[in-house]
Amino acid sequence: MTAAAVSRVDTTDAETLLELVDIVKRFPVRSGRRFGRPSEHVHALAGINLTVRRGETLGLVGESGCGKSTLARCITRLHDITSGTISFDGQDISALSRRRLRPLRRKMQMVFQDPYGSLNPRRRVGSIIGDPFANNGVASGEERKRRVQELMRLVGLSPEHYNRFPTEFSGGQRQRIGLARALALNPELVVCDEPVSALDVSIQAQIINLLAELQRKLGLTYLFIAHDLSVVRHVSDRIAVMYLGRIVEIAETEDLFTHPRHPYTQALLSAVPNPDPDQVDDGARIVLTGDVPSPVHPPTGCRFHPRCPRARERCRIDDPELTVGSEPDAVPTHAFACHYPIPDSEPGRTA
Amino acid sequence: MSLLEVEDLHVSFATPDGVLPAVRGVSFDVEPGETLGIVGESGSGKSVSTQTIVGLTRGARVSGQARFEGRDLLTTPASELRRIRGAQIGMIFQDPLSSLHPNYRVGWQIVEMIRAHESVSRKDARQRAVELLELVGIPTPAQRVRDYPHQFSGGMRQRVMIAMALALNPKLLIADEPTTALDVTVQAQIMTLIKSLQREFGTAVILITHDLGVIADVADRVVVMYAGKPLEYADKRTLYHQPHHPYTEGLISSLPQRGDRGSALRSIPGLPPSLLRIPPGCPFQPRCDYATDRCRSDEPPMRDVEGGQNHVSACWLPPDAIGTDAQAVLRRRLASHDDGTVERDTAVDSAASA
Repeated sequence: MTAAAVSRVDTTDAETLLELVDIVKRFPVRSGRRFGRPSEHVHALAGINLTVRRGETLGLVGESGCGKSTLARCITRLHDITSGTISFDGQDISALSRRRLRPLRRKMQMVFQDPYGSLNPRRRVGSIIGDPFANNGVASGEERKRRVQELMRLVGLSPEHYNRFPTEFSGGQRQRIGLARALALNPELVVCDEPVSALDVSIQAQIINLLAELQRKLGLTYLFIAHDLSVVRHVSDRIAVMYLGRIVEIAETEDLFTHPRHPYTQALLSAVPNPDPDQVDDGARIVLTGDVPSPVHPPTGCRFHPRCPRARERCRIDDPELTVGSEPDAVPTHAFACHYPIPDSEPGRTA
Repeated sequence: MSLLEVEDLHVSFATPDGVLPAVRGVSFDVEPGETLGIVGESGSGKSVSTQTIVGLTRGARVSGQARFEGRDLLTTPASELRRIRGAQIGMIFQDPLSSLHPNYRVGWQIVEMIRAHESVSRKDARQRAVELLELVGIPTPAQRVRDYPHQFSGGMRQRVMIAMALALNPKLLIADEPTTALDVTVQAQIMTLIKSLQREFGTAVILITHDLGVIADVADRVVVMYAGKPLEYADKRTLYHQPHHPYTEGLISSLPQRGDRGSALRSIPGLPPSLLRIPPGCPFQPRCDYATDRCRSDEPPMRDVEGGQNHVSACWLPPDAIGTDAQAVLRRRLASHDDGTVERDTAVDSAASA
């Protein structure tokens, strides 16, 4: 039923590159005894339904611990999912063996947050970027070197630095190395897990511009994960908001920012500090009380209800589904999971 | 008299690669009850400056003055500085987990801190600890004092740090990236807390951050630092709407909020310099669109910016070249041509016309 609700949201099937249906991921929490059976589970992803269209940038936002990175790792099959289906390019990849998965790995790549932890410090840059070629037997010798240097030029690194070590590069340059490695095999989907959060503001802008330029040149599809909402707003076509293992709202970027329907999205947006001192408005800020609850014992009903200013009795019992609102003027691309959504103040807007 | 007056502070460290000048001439004042923001990227010297003031940079070569209520902290012996630190000047750091001892209960740590400065009984100090945790909004404080740091979430740990920093009602609170490790929703909680406590107790705050959004939220006046030097001082409104220094302008225009969605952000080209190889002239000159020959040879002094109150900037651009919009850029270019003293960089001209 949830799947049906979502397919009503996304009807353009021909354009779908990645489709997630009811993805559940649980991690066992082991008790003290060494061979003890896991008595409890962290419910990291609790039924994720999501489609990513070819050529778009889908932003994924949420607080730490909401399952953003777990979702990224499940999509790229770095984690095995507990249940659900992942279809990539029309093919169900959720149960493929490692060997069968291999050719598909070329089509989806990942860029990681930490440019210091994700590059082996003892290996030269040329060989790090050349790894995908070596692992897939694509090019070797001079040919590999030529293609690596081409990639380095593509991401704005000097090809003469082929023989340097990662320590000789700054954070922004390292992120370019990680990007070159991800692009080596012409992927279709690039999952960027917080690609700019470790960088200084002036460098962050350089990398965001580079990502946009590469998308135009190479026709890439991005799943862009970040906790910085202003960055996500700048790069994304659509944005999905996650809370405690669920997607609570998904909409086109401007629609989400101007007309949030879920109270969590509204609180998240209002918490972003505005750098313009004249637009700082303490009255409009919704400060959520308390912390994100533990994903080991998620709340009953709506998972947001203990922190929600709009929560009523029903929210404690009944778990809302992700659907387009029932109003006659509901926007078909805007879905949210809330029993008492924020009313849409502008009735005559275009869908 | 200002609460804190820092004058021409220099800090350098001996490293295997040579002497590293981390701070190269910083001066600022903090008035009682006000909030001074220090913005800068990594390596700009913003943390080293304040850590030196409170005597936390051991082994550093320090010169200059830092007068706290008229008394120079840089020449105060370590034993007396210990008494000032904590009681008169409170501190909060970025990472609340490594600032708390993992093996001791939170209550014990607060009690120790109070008893190090005041002769009170354990019982009274403990009562104070419970009250403090309640003040910073920790639920069921009487139970929580018996918990260890790992039992608190990141935001709650930062609240504990704030409770400790404010325990002895200091006159100055130094908050070094207090919300960088936290989510935006928690950041909003913590900044609201700091603001309300500041209003209640009249504490002056030095807020160090790389986030201009946080500055806009709480700071009164702002210092922009780059490569160990302050480049611009202004109140936050002037700084955001009428920046004079091209680095400040670059920082503001590289914010995603400023750009239209999907369009390219105006980034600052290049990288901050290594402090071991600081370029001659203005430290920002290799990355600056407006750099001239003068910028490459002479280091600009702090000069008053036209029309601004207490607005100073270390840049050779004419004092009336302010603002981030295209018009201001044009104004600058015209102004620099009219002067007849400055020669335009041809590369910049061709880039601008493209």
